[in-house]
Amino acid sequence: MYIVKRFFTMLLTIWVIASLTFVIMKFIPGDPFASDADVLPEEVVENMRAKYNLDEPIPIQYVLYIKNLVMFDLGPSIESETRTVNDIISSGFPASATLGLQSLLIAIIFGLLLGIIAALYHNRFLDYVSMVIAIVGISVPSFILAPLLINYFSVKWGMLPVASWGSFQHSILPTLALATTPLAVVARFMRSSMLEVMNQNYIKTADAKGLSSFKIVLKHGIRNAILPVVSFIGPLFVSLITGTFVIEKIFAIPGIGKYFVDSIFNRDYPVIMGTTVFFSVILVFTLFLIDISYRFIDPRIKLTSKGD
Amino acid sequence: MGKQLDSSLFRSVDTAKIQTDSIQRPSLSVWKDTLLSILKNKLAVLGLLLLLIIIFFGIVGPSMVSYSASEQDLTGANLAPSSEHLFGTDDLGRDMWSRTWQGARVSLTIGFFAALIDLVIGVIVGGVSGYMAGRGKVGDRIDNILMRIVEILYGIPYLLVVILLMVIMEPGVLTIIIALSVTGWVGMARIIRGQVLQLKEQEYVMAAEKLGTSHAKIIFRHLLPNTIGIIIVNLTFTIPTAIFAEAFLSFLGLGVQAPFASWGTMANDALGVILSGQWWRLFFPAFMISLTMFAFNVFGDGLQDALDPQARN
Repeated sequence: MYIVKRFFTMLLTIWVIASLTFVIMKFIPGDPFASDADVLPEEVVENMRAKYNLDEPIPIQYVLYIKNLVMFDLGPSIESETRTVNDIISSGFPASATLGLQSLLIAIIFGLLLGIIAALYHNRFLDYVSMVIAIVGISVPSFILAPLLINYFSVKWGMLPVASWGSFQHSILPTLALATTPLAVVARFMRSSMLEVMNQNYIKTADAKGLSSFKIVLKHGIRNAILPVVSFIGPLFVSLITGTFVIEKIFAIPGIGKYFVDSIFNRDYPVIMGTTVFFSVILVFTLFLIDISYRFIDPRIKLTSKGD
Repeated sequence: MGKQLDSSLFRSVDTAKIQTDSIQRPSLSVWKDTLLSILKNKLAVLGLLLLLIIIFFGIVGPSMVSYSASEQDLTGANLAPSSEHLFGTDDLGRDMWSRTWQGARVSLTIGFFAALIDLVIGVIVGGVSGYMAGRGKVGDRIDNILMRIVEILYGIPYLLVVILLMVIMEPGVLTIIIALSVTGWVGMARIIRGQVLQLKEQEYVMAAEKLGTSHAKIIFRHLLPNTIGIIIVNLTFTIPTAIFAEAFLSFLGLGVQAPFASWGTMANDALGVILSGQWWRLFFPAFMISLTMFAFNVFGDGLQDALDPQARN
């Protein structure tokens, strides 16, 4: 019952996001055919407008758009005339998603390790080392790290390809550049939360009954401390797999990250709407899964008064 | 057991002569106690001092040299750091010392407001949402509405909102701050909600509830203080994120406009020349960002320990 109800709420949320985006988009001045209007005859431009329903009043445009959206048709792109928005997403999404998933995995695995080690060796050498790594990771953004990585690993040492996409080797540097900041944040969340958990009485009990420290950390420590990390990786997962503008640009990766930015500057209305709806669908579904996962991590958690 | 105790076994004692535990020191308020505890933590004091020094130079730094942050001198372009130009000059011959500290004003202001919004809106929305979830029909509805607002704000393209604001207002620091404020708090809200969902099942919350403590007091006095560690960690992440978001907007031509500088735009401008050996162009802004982060992190850790009595053992 909760899941059914939640499903309809999800549809409603996506509809609100799409409608608000539509309104804001139409409110902003600008014209996708601004550059064409100077060189082409008026009739041609009029025809082009008609092709994208831009000759209709705005409320009609909205109704037409929502009607197509229900049929999963995101419409044709204005900027790249021969492609539909569905084409753009289905051809670019695999690269973006691969890169995003790899970065997320690295960030979670090494972030958790670093955070747990720092907490277990609180105020000792290993704690300081981990936190220095974390601070550097947070302070150096990907747009600075990426050129440095290319300069050393590709140009100077020739170990990895400079840019482009295709093999696993191509994905190593962008994955590292993308993973660094989230890795550092995961490490800091885990450290802070582990420090609190390891002070609790049930950890002392586990210790007193003779459990090995490895088992205490694994069974009692991590499970109770991991919730903030889970909350954090929900939105992170969504933004990573839908592509990143900067990294995809620097490494010339054919993902969908650039369409989120370029479409807005080109006033490519169908692409703006398409990328937004696509992003929202993944977003609301992921946040739903995160909510469900809370109950598995800590069964005491109740999301609604009916006990779901 | 079972045996009756004879009252003659007991005798009364003069209570005035008994030495009870006496209070040796005057009692401290929470904030005074926190302050004393921070001052004892050397790293935290170092962090606080560093932050104060950076703010101090942000205020007086640009006026300490005779070059303004926007003054160009093409004959003195791309100079390495020297006694004349402490941080060197950039490709237009502008003094990097002056630009770095002028950039500190922009970047620190943006970071400060991003943190403030996170702290005020994000923490409260997260706290209320997490506490109300599972508290009857009304409670469920409050949590549902707040979390759907979070999703909607997260889903609407951020750049579109920024451009909308640029249409309504002048481009500049204030516009960037407002743009960051609209959506900046949603991450904090989700994380605090998760924490509160877990914390509110603890016995002390049930005890407070049974004693008739109000919802507001349970949220603000019992639940949110227990999330302080997570709040501080998230803030240390929000501030650089905001500083870099400004850099990204400037890169797209929507941020701080030239000749104004920010640490983010300076680092961004330096990327093209880093390979030609002009290390100072990237080093100083990047170093300042890292130093601010370091200072804030160690101060935050000290604050966390000071506010959490359990962590002091």
